[in-house]
Amino acid sequence: MIYVNGKPVQSTSQPTIRDLLLELDIDPDRAGIAVAVDSEVARRGTWPTQTLADGAHVEIVTATQGG
Amino acid sequence: MIAALVIAGRSFRSRLILGTGGFTRMATLADAIDASETELVTVAMRRVEPGSDGSLLDVIAAKGVDVLPNTAGCFTARDAVRTAQLAREALETDWVKLEVIGDERTLLPDAPELLVAAEQLVDDGFVVLPYCNDDPILARRLEDVGCAAVMPLGSPIGSGRGIANPANLTLIVEQAGVPVILDAGVGTASDAALAIELGCGGVLCASAISRATDPVAMAHAIRHAVLAGALASGAGRIPRRTHARASSPLEGMPELAE
Repeated sequence: MIYVNGKPVQSTSQPTIRDLLLELDIDPDRAGIAVAVDSEVARRGTWPTQTLADGAHVEIVTATQGG
Repeated sequence: MIAALVIAGRSFRSRLILGTGGFTRMATLADAIDASETELVTVAMRRVEPGSDGSLLDVIAAKGVDVLPNTAGCFTARDAVRTAQLAREALETDWVKLEVIGDERTLLPDAPELLVAAEQLVDDGFVVLPYCNDDPILARRLEDVGCAAVMPLGSPIGSGRGIANPANLTLIVEQAGVPVILDAGVGTASDAALAIELGCGGVLCASAISRATDPVAMAHAIRHAVLAGALASGAGRIPRRTHARASSPLEGMPELAE
């Protein structure tokens, strides 16, 4: 189980960040998104190779309206 | 003419930064960006909503303005630093409007956490614009750790109460070696004009524009207020006097006896 934005997600075994984004129907090549794994920022260049262990907490964020 | 606002070596013709929070329609935000003539708009960083289409960034890109991510909603230096790092990754900018809030009711900055976060982010290569209290000592400390500007509040976020302590704001302006940008508290155009007259380099407005009855008209008004403030500041106001001073000559009065 991987936790994505606070919710448990059943994923393939040890997906890369890119795999996970595709599974979640989020275009990994889209500008404006960032990913943190267990509170550490995962640079975009690592998404195709960095795998997610069982129990990983993933945050996927983007820009929203704010002052 | 009016000098440009220069932050971290970057020159802005407009002294107005527009917050994108509070607009109920993207079309209104787009029109307000036009009416404000701003070159820099703020955004917050939040979890991706399934099915969201990124229309906010599309609007900003279409208008050709730059994006300034904030760390709104962060209560600790740690969270604010992480949020800034995520924003840098997502938006490919090392500029950040640093917010570390101490209290949900007042949304006032947590000064000790703010200073810690500012120092870490400067060390990490960020151009840090901290939202701070109208405290001249805190402003000086933030400048000392390398912030590119200081952004004191006029009054609490979204309160529309204007500049509660103009004397403190003046002290901050007098000592600052970096631009002072009034952040938070602007309620209407005159508040923005006053900030610039007091020597602020710029004004950031979100709610004052986005929550006005007619946001686009208010964006237009505040653009002109900022311009008026800068012109007035350069023109040099007359000193305040206790007593009246006639502007019509006292000599040469005709005798109009009965």
